[in-house]
Amino acid sequence: MKFTLNWLKTHLKTDADLPTILKGLTNIGLEVEGVENPAEKLGAFRIAKVLTADPHPQADKLQVLTVDAGEGALQVVCGAPNARAGLVGVFGTEGAVVPVNGMVLKKTAIRGVESNGMMCSFRELELGEDHEGIIELSPDAPVGQVYAAWAGLDDPVIDVSITPNRQDCMGVRGIARDLAAAGLGTLNAIVVPTVEGVGAGPDVRTDDVDGCPAFFARTVKGVKNGASPEWMAKRLKAIGQKPISTLVDITNYIMIDLGRPLHVYDMATLKGPLVARKGRPGEQVLALNGKTYTVDETMTVIADDEAVHDIGGIMGGEHSGAQDGTTDVLIECAYFTPERIAVTGQKLALTSDARGRFERGVDPAFLDDGLSIATYLVTELCGGTASEATYAGAPPVAVKTVTYDPAQCLGLAGVDVAESEQKRILESLGFVVQGNDATFEYQDGVPVTTPANWTVSVPSWRRDVDGWPDIVEEVVRIVGLDQVPSTPLPRAPGVARPTATAEQLIERRVRRTAAARGLAEAINWSFLSEKEAASVGGGDWTLANPISEDLKVMRPSLLPGLLSATRRNMDRGATAVRLFELGRRYFAHKERATVGFVLAGEKVARGWQTGKAQPFSAFDAKGEVIALLAAAGAPVGNLQSYGDASTAYHPGQSGTLRLGPKVVLAEFGVLHPSLAKQFGLTGTVVAGEIFLDAIPVKRASGFMRAPYAPPALQAVKRDFAFVIDQAVDADALVRTVKGADKKAIVDARLFDVFVGPGVEEGKKSLAIEITLQPGEKSFSQEELDAISAAVVKAAEKLGGTLRG
Amino acid sequence: MSEIANLKAGLIADIAAADTLDALEGLRVGAMGKNGVVTGLLKTLGPMSPEERLEKGPPIQDLRESVTAALADRKAALEQAALDAKLAAEKIDMTLPADIGAQGSVHPVSQVMDELAEIFADLGFSVATGPEIEDDWHNFTALNIPETHPARAMHDTFYFPDGADGKKMLLRTHTSPVQIRTMMNQEPPIRIIAPGRVYRSDSDATHTPMFHQIEGLVIDKGITLGHLKWTLETFLKAFFEREDIVLRLRPSYFPFTEPSVEVDVGYTLTNGQRVIGGDGDAPGGGWLEVLGSGMVNRRVIESCGLDPDEWQGFAFGTGVDRLAMLKYGMNDLRAFFDGDLRWLKHYGFSALDVPTLSGGVGA
Repeated sequence: MKFTLNWLKTHLKTDADLPTILKGLTNIGLEVEGVENPAEKLGAFRIAKVLTADPHPQADKLQVLTVDAGEGALQVVCGAPNARAGLVGVFGTEGAVVPVNGMVLKKTAIRGVESNGMMCSFRELELGEDHEGIIELSPDAPVGQVYAAWAGLDDPVIDVSITPNRQDCMGVRGIARDLAAAGLGTLNAIVVPTVEGVGAGPDVRTDDVDGCPAFFARTVKGVKNGASPEWMAKRLKAIGQKPISTLVDITNYIMIDLGRPLHVYDMATLKGPLVARKGRPGEQVLALNGKTYTVDETMTVIADDEAVHDIGGIMGGEHSGAQDGTTDVLIECAYFTPERIAVTGQKLALTSDARGRFERGVDPAFLDDGLSIATYLVTELCGGTASEATYAGAPPVAVKTVTYDPAQCLGLAGVDVAESEQKRILESLGFVVQGNDATFEYQDGVPVTTPANWTVSVPSWRRDVDGWPDIVEEVVRIVGLDQVPSTPLPRAPGVARPTATAEQLIERRVRRTAAARGLAEAINWSFLSEKEAASVGGGDWTLANPISEDLKVMRPSLLPGLLSATRRNMDRGATAVRLFELGRRYFAHKERATVGFVLAGEKVARGWQTGKAQPFSAFDAKGEVIALLAAAGAPVGNLQSYGDASTAYHPGQSGTLRLGPKVVLAEFGVLHPSLAKQFGLTGTVVAGEIFLDAIPVKRASGFMRAPYAPPALQAVKRDFAFVIDQAVDADALVRTVKGADKKAIVDARLFDVFVGPGVEEGKKSLAIEITLQPGEKSFSQEELDAISAAVVKAAEKLGGTLRG
Repeated sequence: MSEIANLKAGLIADIAAADTLDALEGLRVGAMGKNGVVTGLLKTLGPMSPEERLEKGPPIQDLRESVTAALADRKAALEQAALDAKLAAEKIDMTLPADIGAQGSVHPVSQVMDELAEIFADLGFSVATGPEIEDDWHNFTALNIPETHPARAMHDTFYFPDGADGKKMLLRTHTSPVQIRTMMNQEPPIRIIAPGRVYRSDSDATHTPMFHQIEGLVIDKGITLGHLKWTLETFLKAFFEREDIVLRLRPSYFPFTEPSVEVDVGYTLTNGQRVIGGDGDAPGGGWLEVLGSGMVNRRVIESCGLDPDEWQGFAFGTGVDRLAMLKYGMNDLRAFFDGDLRWLKHYGFSALDVPTLSGGVGA
């Protein structure tokens, strides 16, 4: 919402200077977004008279002028078609900076003729769009004076941000009222002019009292539309509103001045009565913005017998608005239901100044006054004869009251404001305060304090206020939030207690473990393209209104995001990519916390020690998965390997780790080459995902560890090699062997795999080192022999034979 | 000189001159071996009478000891020389590069979330979470934002197609739904923060369709705007680790709070960078909007099944990405979500930079 300081001062009597007003605005919740004084950049532009104008000797379209800007004649080359002797315009002298393009004027030669400055157009001075020619001022404008000062441009334009609850401040008067309440002046009383009506009011009615409960209107016949008077055009221009014609400008002016949108119809375009009614399916209207909108039965329109002329409260129609030749007008001053306006505006994706006000709720008690002011301005500025008013329907003017105890200010806001000051603030904002103040008295010889009990009537323009906290808010914002004392929250005794949940601790540990292991944490979009989502099995959630096709489906896997990031890094020349992400995957009934990682490019760069660069392998993925699972507290020693990862992976070089047969904690492996290709990646890419929510959360069991003393006797190691079918998983053999003597065997580790000469076709040799831990005394030879026999027997159950 | 003295002098000279361990061994065998000259002399002591032994024994014993010592010394010297020579031959160029392994990093958003958790833990706030795919009741209605409220237009909401159960599902536009879920599931008093991803259909240099927020909620008896002010001051001072943090509280409007307060923090321009700290009204200073907050609207408390006459509190919300940018100096939000290893290396954090109150929450 923009307005100028002088405009504000038509409503506010104040001695406050600009900085004080700006600070005051922000302090009371009308945040100043910008302030600009157009005169500041126009100080070097003066009123000048063209003394002579002669053709340029070298150019047809240029003239050579002599100009008097108060300091004697200067020669200037000018290309404007309207430049002529006797014209009084605006001259930029040497050194002036042209606002529109930042050009510094200097003495120069144009086509061989010296030029000392520039006669300016409105556009060059950023005072309008007019660039047809140079500015023409009235002939009696004082030559030599600074133009901006003479033209009254020395008037700062203030831009404030109005929150959605403050319709009343979408008019200059409302802002003035707030400032007055804050002690920055006095609100001038408003005197509503009356225009005697001649003849009956126009035939208007409302057939949609829900959407348009009140439709007030008058006609003015015999008007002459034209350019607005200087004062009005200047104010509108200053805030960036282009003056159009007096009739249109009057409605804009009243909307900005008083927050009251109006609409003026050209009666010549209307057929029959003008009715506020619900839209009909398929009905269309060409709006003032040049676009055609199709309305429906949820919307309120203003229509005559033949056509819709207005999307009620949002935008008028192109054909029925006031034109240059308009002679008879109908002025509409209506009340549209805010909720209806909001829905209609959202449906049509149509914003307008009127919508912004109606959807917040304009003052329902200001229809008649608004119509009177508009009628007055039309008759004053355009002539004509006004009719009486037609009042169709009635606006919702019931007065709201709030029961309020001024002590509630301290209770909610923590700031103690005297009752008298609270009353002053509320009354200056237009509230009416009635009821009893707090009293102290003796009753039957006993001191008794009775709390205040106020009934606060809410002004008609404050639709947002409907409870005592609103009243507190009004008081506090005017008193100033800086008056609220900073009050420490009560603190529990002692040192702060831990607050993180088990899930949060897991995430933190996994994140920092991954980073410590050399992976960089990325944060990727939660949404994917449909194609990307399909490549990992498809997503359960597809946005109805995605911002782009690339960001449409909620990810069912972290891999696509990581692979895209990998690709971008590769495109930037990265030779090794180690990325991880910790985030959610989105399924129909669950969001699953997941860690994903991708390892691509060179695991080891070529080196003087290691020779050629080495790629990642499936076992690098497995290593990360196990390390991260361990960090997450998963029982990694008890997990079972399965070879059935999703189709994202190489079918023969991937796997899952499970707790029991069903609970999948992780999957990992070499990425399926076709998926890698889809993401533009070459070479071996390995990846994995850990499903954090599947990891059983350890229950807190105190800090005491299980008792332990290192065994006195040294562990004994024995090696075995078994020949076994290729199809048997190594992990199965190791587990079986380890289980051969649960007491003595504390570890079994596979250390060699061999296929080739000496091993039968279709078989492999697996070498396993077994660690035996003696208890009280060392193993005897008999015991060792028995354990060995048990190990061999266990292996035989899987078809393994001891290699000779 | 006696014969033995001559022998000793000769042997010791030979030992000293031995230049290899083999030569030395030859000398040892020649002197001390089974048939060595010294061994031979020692053998003559056996048959002697005690008187004769007393006379001839000491020089022979002296010979033995001297030769033994000389052999040992020379052997040690030769071994040392051999080791020195071997080591000298093993010299390598220690300026050759060594592999320190891959260097990982923690994303600034995660780091800042950990910092916030640490600060607020000290103030007694625990961390709560909620779903990112929300229904419109939790995201809007319960927060006093009805269907037609203009505030809904303030959020550029991502919606999902209407489901069979008639529930309108969307991507949460703020972390405020976690307030609702917490109040509905937990008895007051409540002190929580709720960090997480949020979504709005917006994209430019300072807006991305996904970003991170953190929500704070306190519900208790007798909580006022004064407590909110103190909490935000305390938090921002702790977060930026500066005592000269100046806040400017502005009245504002959020449907879910009443009164509503927007919080600006003063900054100073230092080398063209906005550095948080100092009075924003001072010359060269300015204000940055960092937080939205307010006293929880009574309707919201009611929506959650609590009695607003009994329970009262405040809520606040702020952008985690924005806090990270202000503290650590990034200026393009989009880079947060690009996964560029160079950016992550520069702006990321070491795994061991765990924020702690004793070590400082910033790194």
